Amino acid sequence: MRLARPHAPGKVLGSDVPRRLSALTPQAVVEAGLPAAAAACFVGAVFALAGLGTSAWMGFVICWSVLFVLSYALISARRHGPLVTKDRLARLWVFVGAAVALGFLAWILAYVLINGWYAAFGHQFPSFWTHDFSKGGVLDVKARVGALAAIVGTLEQVGIATVATTPLAVLAAVYLNEMPGRLAVPLRVVVDAMSGMPSIIAGLFIFIIWVVPRKLHGFSGLAAAMAISIIMLPTVIRTSEEVLRLVPGTLREAALALGSPERRMVLRVVLPTARAGLVTAVILGIARATGETAPVLLTAGGNPRLNLSPFSGPQADLPEQVFSWYGTAGPTSLHETWGGALVLILVVLTLFVLARLLGSGRSARAAKR
Amino acid sequence: MTSVTESPPAVAITSGDVPRALHSPRSRPDTLFRALLMGCSGIVIVLVVAILVFLAQRAWPVLRSSGLSFFTSSVWRPGITGQYGIYGDILGTITVAFISLVVAFPISLATALGINEYVPGAAKRVLITLIDLLAAIPSLVYGLWGVVVFDAWLIGPTTWLTKYAAFFPLFRSAPGQVGRSLFVCGLVVAIMVTPIITSVSREVMSQTPREQCEGALALGGTKWGMVTEVILPFARNGIIGAALLGLGRALGETIAVTLILSITGFPISHILYPGGGTVPALIVDWYAQVSSGRGLDALTLAGLTLFVLTLVVNIVARVIVSRSGRPA
Repeated sequence: MRLARPHAPGKVLGSDVPRRLSALTPQAVVEAGLPAAAAACFVGAVFALAGLGTSAWMGFVICWSVLFVLSYALISARRHGPLVTKDRLARLWVFVGAAVALGFLAWILAYVLINGWYAAFGHQFPSFWTHDFSKGGVLDVKARVGALAAIVGTLEQVGIATVATTPLAVLAAVYLNEMPGRLAVPLRVVVDAMSGMPSIIAGLFIFIIWVVPRKLHGFSGLAAAMAISIIMLPTVIRTSEEVLRLVPGTLREAALALGSPERRMVLRVVLPTARAGLVTAVILGIARATGETAPVLLTAGGNPRLNLSPFSGPQADLPEQVFSWYGTAGPTSLHETWGGALVLILVVLTLFVLARLLGSGRSARAAKR
Repeated sequence: MTSVTESPPAVAITSGDVPRALHSPRSRPDTLFRALLMGCSGIVIVLVVAILVFLAQRAWPVLRSSGLSFFTSSVWRPGITGQYGIYGDILGTITVAFISLVVAFPISLATALGINEYVPGAAKRVLITLIDLLAAIPSLVYGLWGVVVFDAWLIGPTTWLTKYAAFFPLFRSAPGQVGRSLFVCGLVVAIMVTPIITSVSREVMSQTPREQCEGALALGGTKWGMVTEVILPFARNGIIGAALLGLGRALGETIAVTLILSITGFPISHILYPGGGTVPALIVDWYAQVSSGRGLDALTLAGLTLFVLTLVVNIVARVIVSRSGRPA
């Protein structure tokens, strides 16, 4: 302790305590935080009460925040000088910023869970999953309505899109990573352009080339699947390429040195090694595509009745159905809106967790090796 | 073993004179495999080119007949003498994206710094997962939450702003006229782009050489000193690129804005005032009513404008991000 403070206290920067690397110490809270909070409370209340009305509490919060920061800075500056003050303010900013981001996440998830429970798992529990919405307009409390048509539609559309996209995307990623040729640079540019493309453009494109020329028969699950494929492609290509990059080059060299031709090196060594990661890539693509509303809105057409065939006639889709439920929201269909939103979140989160587990499983196995 | 290397003289004469080529000629199946890979890549490239070409082809007649007035007028009146202008919508799109960036950037940077520098290891992994989770929530859910919950909640703060912060010209609005505005859209979109900006800038910042950070601390610098003197200069390009990626996403956001905004399509000079419009919202609003003819062409031109706008922003962002992390 003596060695840490060779000089007389007070001579260094006017500070009587050694500066710590971490500034969010109890000391900072006690000597600056609490007094600042108290002062801001008092003055903020006076300010806010001056402007009474519905916005009084908001005025209090805003005034309080400004005053708290000011007095916190002032107290710190007087005791420790500008360096410590800046550090403390920066720390305040970092933690408040992160808290705001997480606060919104918690708020949204909690709200959807609480309000969606009624339809998805509460009063409408079995029927929400087993009935379509064909009796949706009937003014009968006992009419059983649900999201079956939408869930089936989403499953079929995303299924078709996945089957169509996966081989294309994985092979394109193999091309980029294993044997890049003349097309590699344009492909990279195109994938970048696609992944930044607003999803509504995918819907608009399919709407123009597929739905409009077929007049009323254009809206279908197939059209939606095509739009979803456009959304999925860049995600899967990108993630797959990153996964393939993780495959050790020594494996490839070993395969080639043993005399295996290129195709066998890719098919028997690289792809099996990266299998778990590739599955993760596909799942992430599915998760992204399932939640997209804009493209399916312009292509699926929507249908309250259960339509099992994706090839004929308009089909419902979960995001599209939720969107239209909200559009026609009476007091009851708001329940269905939130129920549908909850189902959507659950599906996406399940896929997300699945992708995480597979991803971490791969790295764990690699570490054991 | 030795007998194998000392191969019979007859063989040595025929094959020994010519050194084996370093590159063996590709076998036929290998060539086919390569062709298959190239074919798949080609399909992806053709797809994007086709999107651009089809949109441009449909949009061309409107661009030729309306000319520049398509971008400078705000009258959208489909009909036989159809008038089409998306000035108000372009302005709205940019306003929403700008508000969201202004709000999301400090929050994202703080979160990224917090994850990288301020929280201990275990919390770090949890935080990264939670931020990824924020990115995984569908935009439809953000939109529903925005219009049902957040918009109502914001009435208090925005009323306060119109009353006491009206000296700032952007916050002026007629009394009692708040909600479902570009401002609310901007805030909700800000929550949606936060995870993108956070994860990209976090990744760039985590590539800062650790020795330099520790050197700054060892010289007696505060943590903030280390951040401003070492990390931010190193990651500057990456952070700018991350912000631009967020901007690209914000420009194209469709469904949340469609749900929240009470769409009017006229340029709105006061962001708290209800109304305004964005290009994606315009498309969702009109696609069912203009399913043929010039209306659809005009809608396509609007879509193409949006696509080109985001394309430029994204490509610039990618170039900047890929250049980051190198010593200046």
